[in-house]
Amino acid sequence: MSEVKTVSGRGLPLRGSDIDTDRIIPARYLRCVTFDGLGAHAFADDRAASNGTHPFDQPQYQGANILVVNGNFGCGSSREHAPQALQKWGIQAVIGESFAEIFFGNCVALGIPCATVTPDHATQLQTALEADPSLTVCLDLVALTVTAGDLTLPVTLADGPRTMLTSGKWDSCGQLVANADQVRTTATQLPYLAWGAA
Amino acid sequence: MSKGTLFDKVWDLHTVGTLPSGQTQLFIGLHLIHEVTSPQAFGMMRDRNLTVLFPERTVATVDHIVPTENQARPFADVLAEEMIQALEQSCQEHGIRFYNVGSGNQGIVHVIAPEQGLTQPGMTVACGDSHTSTHGAFGAIAFGIGTSQVRDVLASQTLALSKLNVRRVEVNGTLRPGVYAKDVILHIIRKLGVKGGVGYAYEFAGTTFEAMSMEERMTVCNMSIEGGARCGYINPDQTTYDYLKGRDFAPKGEDWDQAVTWWESIRSDANAEYDDIVTFDAAEIAPTVTWGITPGQGIGVDECIPSLDNVAESDRAVMNEAYSYMNLQPGQAIQGTPVDVCFIGSCTNGRISDLREAAKIAEGHKVAPQVKAFVVPGSERVKQQAEAEGLDAIFQAAGFEWREAGCSMCLAMNPDKLQGNQISASSSNRNFKGRQGSPQGRTLLMSPAMVTAAAIHGQVKDVRDLL
Repeated sequence: MSEVKTVSGRGLPLRGSDIDTDRIIPARYLRCVTFDGLGAHAFADDRAASNGTHPFDQPQYQGANILVVNGNFGCGSSREHAPQALQKWGIQAVIGESFAEIFFGNCVALGIPCATVTPDHATQLQTALEADPSLTVCLDLVALTVTAGDLTLPVTLADGPRTMLTSGKWDSCGQLVANADQVRTTATQLPYLAWGAA
Repeated sequence: MSKGTLFDKVWDLHTVGTLPSGQTQLFIGLHLIHEVTSPQAFGMMRDRNLTVLFPERTVATVDHIVPTENQARPFADVLAEEMIQALEQSCQEHGIRFYNVGSGNQGIVHVIAPEQGLTQPGMTVACGDSHTSTHGAFGAIAFGIGTSQVRDVLASQTLALSKLNVRRVEVNGTLRPGVYAKDVILHIIRKLGVKGGVGYAYEFAGTTFEAMSMEERMTVCNMSIEGGARCGYINPDQTTYDYLKGRDFAPKGEDWDQAVTWWESIRSDANAEYDDIVTFDAAEIAPTVTWGITPGQGIGVDECIPSLDNVAESDRAVMNEAYSYMNLQPGQAIQGTPVDVCFIGSCTNGRISDLREAAKIAEGHKVAPQVKAFVVPGSERVKQQAEAEGLDAIFQAAGFEWREAGCSMCLAMNPDKLQGNQISASSSNRNFKGRQGSPQGRTLLMSPAMVTAAAIHGQVKDVRDLL
């Protein structure tokens, strides 16, 4: 696993609060047994309804890798297909006012940082990217800043997930499996496991 | 941080250790899987050559993609057939208990685990589905996870998690006639907002919840996630124990007595400390209907669609988006809004008590001619019970279609979908844009009784007029 200390590239502003994971990837695209090919369907319905004006369709944002959103992004369904679709489209980091918890955790598991900025700063960043889509954006998880042209703004990211990303240990599976002995010990302390259920 | 709550006690008991990141490695007592969010997890297991550590602690069923009309195999939808086959194969390969279609035990994962007594107080429960919060009704700490985390639970029976804060959401008093558990949770989300619960577990407490049946409590906890809270729970009590006793996987004999003693010990202490407390009065809650595109955009059925007055600047854009998408205007009464489709079912309201309430309203009436109305039982057992009680006959006589068990039009991964910009009265949990299968489809969330009233009148109707 690679360390995620900085993500640099171009930004993609996506305005609107409470954008749920059904919108990020509509349920009909969940009829699959792999995550392959989901990138093409990111925001499928929103894009179809926008007739080419959705930022994911606009030529100036093609190749962008840092998504800038507003409040409660990724609410609703726990589908990991949502961050998978974003990642496969090319998104490597999300910056926004706030994130739904399950979505945030799913992103960490894929090495995608979701960094929080104030509502004003989210809008400021979006406005800057709309004015100049070619701006170089850099999210720095060590310094906890995002820069875009002349703008330098503070970001926050909880210590636990931040450490996982910056140390390259965002895929927790190996660590969890390595503790199998302690897991078995914990299991012996749970009364219900002895009641023969399940 | 909270102290002495059920959440704290269960969290501590299931803590394996602290990970280098500072997160907790938490043991998962019950892992539920279904066909949508698990195949990729099994794929990751294969790629890494991992095995399932506690196969007996995972239980599988198929719910999201199952057709509710013709369930003959192979399914007409080849993608759905591929998904069910993948799950059948994975369960067989790893020795995981699987409740398949036709087994008599299949159904929506959040309906079957409680009805079989798999969900018990004091457990941690995880499932690759955000409505796992349902199981909190038993005093379990239950939450939705993504597919990578499904892999983690399969491989280690644990998850890497940060501890949540605990908010006590207290509702006291008696609900007025025509007001149901669904209205209570829609009211709470309306007041606390769809992101109000982010970072919190909700402890639902107070006399209103104490008076509720287990199925009503499940309806409340089910929608915790719609308020942003990853999990919601209710302390176990005699109602919980009475529900559990004698169920397939409930402790038996001496184990039962020990279990009750333990369950009592994990209840939140009288002097427990909470990170936040909010209080509501049950008498103020009306039959509630959502008018917009988030579950927080709910109003009493006798209210009008709110205007932008007194709305925070940050919420205005979503309100405007909702007026436009729903084609509803501020100031317009929600009652009288014509509906095209009426759906009774889902993990929120697809249990036997929901069907009984709906049948009570439907009996002796007819579905309005222009309305398509259908009932999808939450599980094969619910269906069987409803048929034993003659509810299917009541629904069919009234003009409702009576279907097989599954998630159906809650998220429309099967053939049950809205068409074009149809508007539905739905007993499900999400009114997101496009949620019910048509990119222009519109959803009004309400209780099963209110859905039935809407079906009969062809428009949103105050169920209190029919009682």
